Amino acid sequence: MENNYSISVDKLTKKFGNFTAVDAISFDVNGGEIFGFLGANGAGKTTAMRMLCGLSIPSSGKATIAGFDVYKETEKIKRNIGYMSQKFSLYEDLTVAENIQFFGGIYGLDRKELRDKSAELIARLGMEKDAKKLVNSIPLGWKQKLAFSVAILHRPEIVFLDEPTGGVDPLTRRQFWDLIYQAADSGITAFVTTHYMDEAEYCNRISIMVDGKIEALDKPAALKNKYGVNSMNDVFQHLARGASRSDL
Amino acid sequence: MASEIILDDIVKTYGKGKQLAVDHVSLQVQPGELFGLIGPDGAGKTSIFRILTTLLLADSGNASVAGLDVVKDYKAIRKIVGYMPGKFSLYPDLTVKENLQFFATVFNSDIQENYHLIRDIYVQLEPFKERRAGKLSGGMKQKLALCCALIHKPRVLFLDEPTTGVDPVSRKEFWQMLARLKEQGITILVSTPYMDEAGLCERIAFIQNGKILKTETPDQILKEFPDALYKIQSDNMYHLMELLKQIPEIKSSYAFGDSVHATIKEQGSQTVRQRLIDAGLPSLVFETTKPQIEDCFIQYLHE
Repeated sequence: MENNYSISVDKLTKKFGNFTAVDAISFDVNGGEIFGFLGANGAGKTTAMRMLCGLSIPSSGKATIAGFDVYKETEKIKRNIGYMSQKFSLYEDLTVAENIQFFGGIYGLDRKELRDKSAELIARLGMEKDAKKLVNSIPLGWKQKLAFSVAILHRPEIVFLDEPTGGVDPLTRRQFWDLIYQAADSGITAFVTTHYMDEAEYCNRISIMVDGKIEALDKPAALKNKYGVNSMNDVFQHLARGASRSDL
Repeated sequence: MASEIILDDIVKTYGKGKQLAVDHVSLQVQPGELFGLIGPDGAGKTSIFRILTTLLLADSGNASVAGLDVVKDYKAIRKIVGYMPGKFSLYPDLTVKENLQFFATVFNSDIQENYHLIRDIYVQLEPFKERRAGKLSGGMKQKLALCCALIHKPRVLFLDEPTTGVDPVSRKEFWQMLARLKEQGITILVSTPYMDEAGLCERIAFIQNGKILKTETPDQILKEFPDALYKIQSDNMYHLMELLKQIPEIKSSYAFGDSVHATIKEQGSQTVRQRLIDAGLPSLVFETTKPQIEDCFIQYLHE
């Protein structure tokens, strides 16, 4: 499949036995775009995201991630993306510097690159004093910012963010979005899931999944317009309320 | 009327006093009240819940639930409270029905006795009643945990972040269930990191770094917002936010959904407006707006 999209998905489907978790979804994401991937619990977001990250082979359909095929080139996909979730991000028992080294190493940075980049990163985050502290002793907000920075240390084409801001305070949440904007401004594509509907407004475009299908996909303003409501929360309530499958 | 939950100057530290988790917290919740503890992860919410449910001893201060002391009367408290911890704590190898039966039996009750309390929630779980709890999805686990916390008809219900990670539709349903439980006269202390849920409580306390920043009704908190709040919008939000950071008359500016909420130094609003017009931002909107709970929380964080 030849295209210039960062992510290109065509009728992608995943079945578990008789159950169609992801039902022929199609969309394209441009380079440097912030793309919000929304849906109710159980709508199929996680299954879809696992296929896009090369962790699960689709049942049918096509998709390329950074130009690589989700059936045949899963290892290349993994090397060209970054991933961060609220649940798993950093090793709590390693120091800040050790985490940077560990993930940089995994993503294939050589020794010199690693040294330069980790010094630069620690300086940029203003964490010089904390480099030798264990990650479990630093505040959650810093952890989150560090985890994001580590996920893009190898300059991936795309970064997948799975509910990256769950549980953090409103100020830190906004600082975190500043980092996403900066990354997108530098050309990295951000693919984001969130349950905060105000954050959906920060995305260039969003899709909303209901019962395994993409029910809506557009700019936030266009969606609000289409459904005649004032907020993304209302758009979401409108679409997801019709879901027949809640959270199986 | 005596308060149903009392925290009086409670302090809790971890790691031999190194880490201050709860910093001289005092709080009173009235009988039948739906009270929200609003704050991010690590603010001290869970420590407070564990102290009140007699699972954790405070370093100093007093606390009571339904007039019973959390240290002296811990056995009596355990009989009359329901607790839904933030972390899933049911038996993963027991089925949905077995978990519920287990919790009912522990309290010398059975599922039938207080079924009316859990009926609305349990009907949604019923199709999966033979499924092991460990195999349920996140939202279903939360519903089962709430059933298990309710099955002995507690006088006081403690819910630690029941809606974290739950989608907006299910969150709305969960709060509708809480409103119905409140009608049964149960006192509810609930914590959440979602500011939009604060408005659904009768009173709330903002908490950050172990300290209570403010305790009030949501309406009163909104009324007390000290500044005029401006809603600023443009088609180029990133550019707008960067520009606002450089204007000295701006006191604070934060992304807020599809707009920026900003407060402006005295007499500065015309200057700010002119700077934005001069910058030629596309589709500029500049108007005053009403604060929301999240605006208020951010403002207290700065004090």
